[in-house]
Amino acid sequence: MSTLHSESQSIIEVTDLTTHYGSRKILNGISLTVNKGEIMVIMGGSGSGKSTLLRHLIGLEHPTSGGIKLLGQDIGLMTEQEMTQFYRKLGVAFQGGALFSSMTVGENIMLPLREHTKLDHKTMEIMARLKLEVVNLAGFENLMPSELSGGMLKRAAFARAVIMDPVLLFCDEPSAGLDPVVSSSLDELILRLRDALDMTIVVVTHELESAFRIADRLTVLDKGDILTIGTVDEVRASNNQRIQDLLNRHFEEEMLDPDEYLARLTGEPQETLIHA
Amino acid sequence: MEHHVREEQGFHIVTLTGEIDLETSPQARKTLLDTVDQTTKVLIDMASVTYIDSSGIATLVEAFQRAKKKGAYLAFICLNPAVVRVLTLARLEKVFTIHQDLESAAHAQR
Repeated sequence: MSTLHSESQSIIEVTDLTTHYGSRKILNGISLTVNKGEIMVIMGGSGSGKSTLLRHLIGLEHPTSGGIKLLGQDIGLMTEQEMTQFYRKLGVAFQGGALFSSMTVGENIMLPLREHTKLDHKTMEIMARLKLEVVNLAGFENLMPSELSGGMLKRAAFARAVIMDPVLLFCDEPSAGLDPVVSSSLDELILRLRDALDMTIVVVTHELESAFRIADRLTVLDKGDILTIGTVDEVRASNNQRIQDLLNRHFEEEMLDPDEYLARLTGEPQETLIHA
Repeated sequence: MEHHVREEQGFHIVTLTGEIDLETSPQARKTLLDTVDQTTKVLIDMASVTYIDSSGIATLVEAFQRAKKKGAYLAFICLNPAVVRVLTLARLEKVFTIHQDLESAAHAQR
């Protein structure tokens, strides 16, 4: 798979990205690139920094230092107006769907078109229905989001995220909370979108099976650091104990740092704890 | 995107060239719908289409449906692989009438 999509043109370049929340360092000098047509999966346990990294990549948060280039442009240097224009090239499928409850599914999906284009209404309607076909929600355009199941909401969110045919798609935990069958169908959808529309896709997930199904490469984060970046085979073959813990599905448990956890519970700074 | 319309072998052939995207699809839409409204046998030559997005595909769908409604003939010729991939994603290759080239379309109409 990766040989078909491994053109060396970088779509994302993250350089030495560091960010703090107060005195806590959340991302610690992250550097990575994502190539055109590639599916990059960012994974890690709770507190690994993967969601923070995603928020930085889509411009919702700004780093303490370091930079991010998307499609060759430094997003830290863009004005708000330039960023708004730039967003036309990006799609984001948020974890909970983030559909407006007061609008029908179809209206939700057409929303980016209404905001960013002057297309004829008929064209927008057909585009929305085409995307609903692609995500297997044909005929659901007149339903309200509250009438959809969790898996359907995720698929509707995908339809909205790709309505403008973005060159770069971000997906936040697409499989979270879904049963294996629905999760698998979403993975298939991600692969089809990449193959048919030549998208570059970044997926943030903690779901191993899903990550291995769709990833051309994986970035594994641990406490704000990159443990490894590699293909599925390379990650599987890693000797790193943390990564092996992940593969053995003990990720969440093993990632727990007892000192940090105790400090968090007691409210005492970690360095003041004395080991017995 | 550029386009031109010519008559050949009893067809009005609309040749689309370049990228059909959010900026250019309204122009393609006007050309296609005008041609469908004014004629009864239309071919859309896609050989020189280098990129087509969803707004372009939606335009093709609308033109095809309008032709069907008025009993006109509309077919696509000379699709390149990139266009076929996008049509296939939406399963439109099973809906549209598609011919390899003008000769094939003319032969099918005899």
